[in-house]
Amino acid sequence: MSDVILGDGECECCGHTNDGVEVGAAAATCAAAPDCDGSPAGCGCDSAGVSVRERVAAGSELGRAAAAMAPTSEVVLETRGVNVYYGDNHALHDTSLAFHKGEITALIGPSGCGKSTFLRSLNLMNREIRGCRVEGEILYDGRNINTREENLYELRRSIGMVFQQPNPFHKTIYENIVFAPKRHGLRGKDNLDALVEESLRGAALWDEVKDKLHQSAFSLSGGQQQRLCIARTLAMHPDVILFDEPCSALDPISTLAIEDLMQNVVRDRAIVIVTHNMEQASRVSNRTAFFYMGDMVEYGETDQIFQRPRDKRLNDYLTGMFS
Amino acid sequence: MAKQMPKRSLEKVGFGVTGACVALVTLLVLALIVMVAQKGLSTFFKDGVDLVGFFTGTEWSLAHVDEATGLPKTGALPLIVTSFAVTLLSTAIALPIAIGSAIFAVEIAPKFGKKVFQPLIELLVGIPSVVFGLIGFHVVVAACKAIFGTQTGLGILPGAIVLSVMILPTVTTLSMDALRAVPDGYRQGSLALGYTRWQTIWHVVLKSALPSLMTAVILGMTRAFGETLAVRMVIGGAEVMPAGLMSPASTITTTLTTSMAIYADGSVQKDVLWSLGLLLMGMSLIFIMIIHLIGKKGAKSRG
Repeated sequence: MSDVILGDGECECCGHTNDGVEVGAAAATCAAAPDCDGSPAGCGCDSAGVSVRERVAAGSELGRAAAAMAPTSEVVLETRGVNVYYGDNHALHDTSLAFHKGEITALIGPSGCGKSTFLRSLNLMNREIRGCRVEGEILYDGRNINTREENLYELRRSIGMVFQQPNPFHKTIYENIVFAPKRHGLRGKDNLDALVEESLRGAALWDEVKDKLHQSAFSLSGGQQQRLCIARTLAMHPDVILFDEPCSALDPISTLAIEDLMQNVVRDRAIVIVTHNMEQASRVSNRTAFFYMGDMVEYGETDQIFQRPRDKRLNDYLTGMFS
Repeated sequence: MAKQMPKRSLEKVGFGVTGACVALVTLLVLALIVMVAQKGLSTFFKDGVDLVGFFTGTEWSLAHVDEATGLPKTGALPLIVTSFAVTLLSTAIALPIAIGSAIFAVEIAPKFGKKVFQPLIELLVGIPSVVFGLIGFHVVVAACKAIFGTQTGLGILPGAIVLSVMILPTVTTLSMDALRAVPDGYRQGSLALGYTRWQTIWHVVLKSALPSLMTAVILGMTRAFGETLAVRMVIGGAEVMPAGLMSPASTITTTLTTSMAIYADGSVQKDVLWSLGLLLMGMSLIFIMIIHLIGKKGAKSRG
């Protein structure tokens, strides 16, 4: 429906009309594009569109923060023609994307579209799945890492991952953080203590847990556990962090906390996030890639993706024709 | 059309039937415990056998009645020691094999584990213990005889070896269940932190499965402690303090079976045998209590 609306003299960025049905769709688009003021035509829409927009903006300053951050050109991680197969099933076709330092890239698309498969290829987690084959080049640090020679375990220190379900280990908060650095050779109580504090501060968890570092990680709430998992990843100072629907098991407040800390964390690295929540994608990300049926359909700056989708499938997805 | 029962009375019938089942089982368990305890304790209270002597005495001979006291020699320590020796030894043999194969079947080749290994192991559970005893006598005992050069080849070691094969399926299947119960998120989290597969299995999977693994081991030990027939066939049946792994000995259970039919009800000897039964029951109670304690501790650490 929206492709009819576009270019008909209505609000270019959200296609808002006074039609009741359209308002619903427009609200989704407006909400997903809090920064549509920046578009050439400007967003003249009022009523439902604006109110949602304001709500999102008031809910957090993240959208603006994401837009304000000047995109840098330094590419940290890049894929060239990546194909993924599960046995005979060709799950992801020919995907080429680049991830930039200081930027959050969101991967969106309906379930089973290949976005998580793609994400798991980036740190070669797919190698752990029997029958899964990844073809194509994944460039990191000036080399193709999708080779037999690549040391996966060293690589995963540089490309961290946070999962959908918070998955802290059966250990204390402290041990959850030092678990991997210790294995990778960090010694000395002072070093470890400093690392724990730095990581927990990085994940905005320090003030909440500093007095109970030696309690079980399972005594924390779901949102805190997820931030602990982020802290655990930060402790290895990765260049890239992959987030696989990190907030889908969390409540809205915890979700905002995670989104907030992503903005801080991303400064020194690249973040790639898979999300089903399109508002989240528009709030946090600088660039967005849309996946559909194993194809990377459209990629661009988040504003453009949400306001002026080129592909009909993306447009249908954004307007809720399917999910 | 049949007349439907009013709902309220139907609920009452349901409550009555299921409640009766529970009452029956509870009564049965209580009656069992009371009976064994009463018979077993009368050895010490009625017949005047020394309780400390029973646990510490090293001479066991029911046939040999002391002229002065009219009591047989009832030092059960050799039986207790032998029981624990075969139990611990068989666990020590079975445990590494069970955990190793469980790791392979769950972590490394899950498809093979589910389709081939699990049925195979379950087959082992169904084999009657007398068959294990028979094989044990003809293979293990013969081998021990050849290797150690003892006269019969019977003894604690062949007993432990036969027992280890018998408890292997129990420990293995329970270990596999324990490993499968570890959430996949732990493995993924560990791998994503740059742990190798082996480090993940060792530091994350086994560690978080530890309480369940210990339960598996103790259930295996409970089975080993109580197993009688197969052990009886290969252990030699000498009711003396074992001098070594290849000396014929007798466990609490094998002594019970051998002597049970010989003595009359109400005799001191029969009472002493009841005491052995009580001891076995107490031991299994302790095993079960340990399992519960581990479970509680595991639940606590899970938060």
